[in-house]
Amino acid sequence: MKNKKSKVGISQRKLIAKRFFRHKLAVISLIVLAVFYIIIIFAGFISPFSANKRFNRFLYAQPAKIHFISKDGSFSLTPFIYGNNITVNPVTWERIYSENTNEKYYIKFFVKGYEYKFLGIFETNIHLFGTDNKNNPLFILGTDELGRDLFSRLVYGGRITLTIGLIGVVLSLVIGVAIGGISGLLGGIVDNGIQRLIEIIMSVPTIPLWMALTAALPAYWPMLRIYFGITVLLSLVGWTSIARVIRGKFISLREEDFVLASRTFGGGHWWIIRKHLVPSFAGYIIVQATLLVPAMILGETTLSFLGLGLRPPAVSWGVLLQDAQSIKTLAMNPWLMLPGVCVIIVVLAFSFIGDGFRDALDPYTKS
Amino acid sequence: MGSNIPVYVMRRIAIMIPVLIAVSILIFIVIQLPPGDYVTSYIQSLEKQGGVINAQQIKAIRHQYGLDLPMYERYFKWITDFVSGNMGRSFALNEPVNKLIWDRLPLSILICSLTIFFTWLISIPIALYSAVRKYSIGDYILTLLGFLGLSIPSFFLAIIMMYYGFNWFGANVSGLFSERYLIAPWSIAKFIDCLKHIWVPIFVLGVGGAAGTIRVLRASLLDELDQDYVRTARSKGLSELRVLVIHPLRVAMNPLISTLGWLLPTMIAGDVVVSKVLSLPTIGPLLLKSLLYQDMYLAGSILLIQAIFTVLGTLVSDILLAWLDPRIKYS
Repeated sequence: MKNKKSKVGISQRKLIAKRFFRHKLAVISLIVLAVFYIIIIFAGFISPFSANKRFNRFLYAQPAKIHFISKDGSFSLTPFIYGNNITVNPVTWERIYSENTNEKYYIKFFVKGYEYKFLGIFETNIHLFGTDNKNNPLFILGTDELGRDLFSRLVYGGRITLTIGLIGVVLSLVIGVAIGGISGLLGGIVDNGIQRLIEIIMSVPTIPLWMALTAALPAYWPMLRIYFGITVLLSLVGWTSIARVIRGKFISLREEDFVLASRTFGGGHWWIIRKHLVPSFAGYIIVQATLLVPAMILGETTLSFLGLGLRPPAVSWGVLLQDAQSIKTLAMNPWLMLPGVCVIIVVLAFSFIGDGFRDALDPYTKS
Repeated sequence: MGSNIPVYVMRRIAIMIPVLIAVSILIFIVIQLPPGDYVTSYIQSLEKQGGVINAQQIKAIRHQYGLDLPMYERYFKWITDFVSGNMGRSFALNEPVNKLIWDRLPLSILICSLTIFFTWLISIPIALYSAVRKYSIGDYILTLLGFLGLSIPSFFLAIIMMYYGFNWFGANVSGLFSERYLIAPWSIAKFIDCLKHIWVPIFVLGVGGAAGTIRVLRASLLDELDQDYVRTARSKGLSELRVLVIHPLRVAMNPLISTLGWLLPTMIAGDVVVSKVLSLPTIGPLLLKSLLYQDMYLAGSILLIQAIFTVLGTLVSDILLAWLDPRIKYS
């Protein structure tokens, strides 16, 4: 077998990659996620406005209608938006926006806007797109109750939501692998104790437990500390499932022939763990980790939505969804649901990638 | 092996008790975590309104609620009261916790059990179809929908339902009754009105569970469909439906039963969020409120009740499994 493989010239890793790329949905998901993460890395550049910038003239403005063909039928290669006629309904105090076709504002790239630090390195005020007219800003996804640009808020919110998921999973992995490994390796009383502890944590439903824990974060903490607090709390509950899996793997692998062989040849504890055990379940850990990210993202959005996680002025997708609680507001301004759509897309993408990994790592998948 | 089941059940219950004791300690520690206690936040709100409170009064309030005792004594008092059926008094709502919970628990249980019923009702036929027509267009679409169902945060699904309910039917689907039936006595019309509302939380809570159940059931059905006994049954001339339902489905039901253990906690957790969005009078919103106000006896009791349900759910599904599947060893 081995000889045949080396003749064809496909290493184990390449084989896995090949199988992964055959999973179309997983590949598409990978691209989608890459786009999301690139956007949040360049948040300052891509967002036209800062997250909490208010435009008092544009409360609940609709997503801008972008035109290529003007009212008189002439075509323009540069997209443009019309100016706004804003009237207020005297009874309901609702603002009614209509297009003022006499005013045209072209959408330009690399326009000047608010100051930010590009990648945290240097100060600049160049933004990817926008209109260069201060009185007629471009809100591609509309604005909220206070006239804040939803697109910019989504970009900055994504920064928090998408990183909490990743950092939370890394923390869970570290705790889970360490405790699960100890449990599986040492066995006996330690193993028993750890298993009971996991059972106890798992006996309390996750969301209520998270709620109780986040309620304990002092409200006066600065935003950054709350952010890390939530990440730690998410992983304090999340590590249990990983620890269980790792322990099971350790126990089943401990008895394998190749481990015994290594031991008879004088391989020490750490040697066996590093050279034999970890590589044989590394793939499994990746799958578990990918599938845990959605749970963390859903956890953060749910907690923030309930008002227990991050609180304004911090922006996360869960915080943004707080604005979508009232059915009356939603019926008038359905674009406020967009953060939820982003959550779904990202969670779906992580699930597909996890699935793709699992299929690719399973040597019994038909290729 | 049948005679061993009572022994198995007894042993499982015996294991359950120390687990529950440990869970109660964990919960008690968690609800003590927030800095300060109810009295500090109470004093703060009183001072905001311009009221004055002297040290003597503070001490009296602390004493009245038992907040001046050391932590282990407070735990002991709480847990012994809990076991004897007295869950203390809610600080913020100034009512016995028992009453608050009993007012809302039946609806929570009703919604959870209807949801489990709904989950199985839709997932069994869908899983059967998906397994039999493996890799067909229908299977792909259903699998995709399943992924979608698992990816939608339940509160967001509730929001979407409210939005479309409002836009398409012009009706507010939240709450349990329409406005005009709110205080009306029970009648057939009120019951029908209730049915018009209650399917929304059931659907919202059921979708995630159904998607998970379909995946499990489809996979185990696929394992069974290739077995020799299926071919035998078919060659005996049984109709395709009977072949499916009599043999593979019965075997494939096992993982379904074992999912009962996690269906219940997901539902309890989902209930908290969904009921908040749909403004349903279940215990979910009560838990949220109690956590926000540091109403620790209320929060602790609700968490403990939820944990008890989770542990009981696992127990019931394990017992059912042991009873249904003679291959399982009770060790």
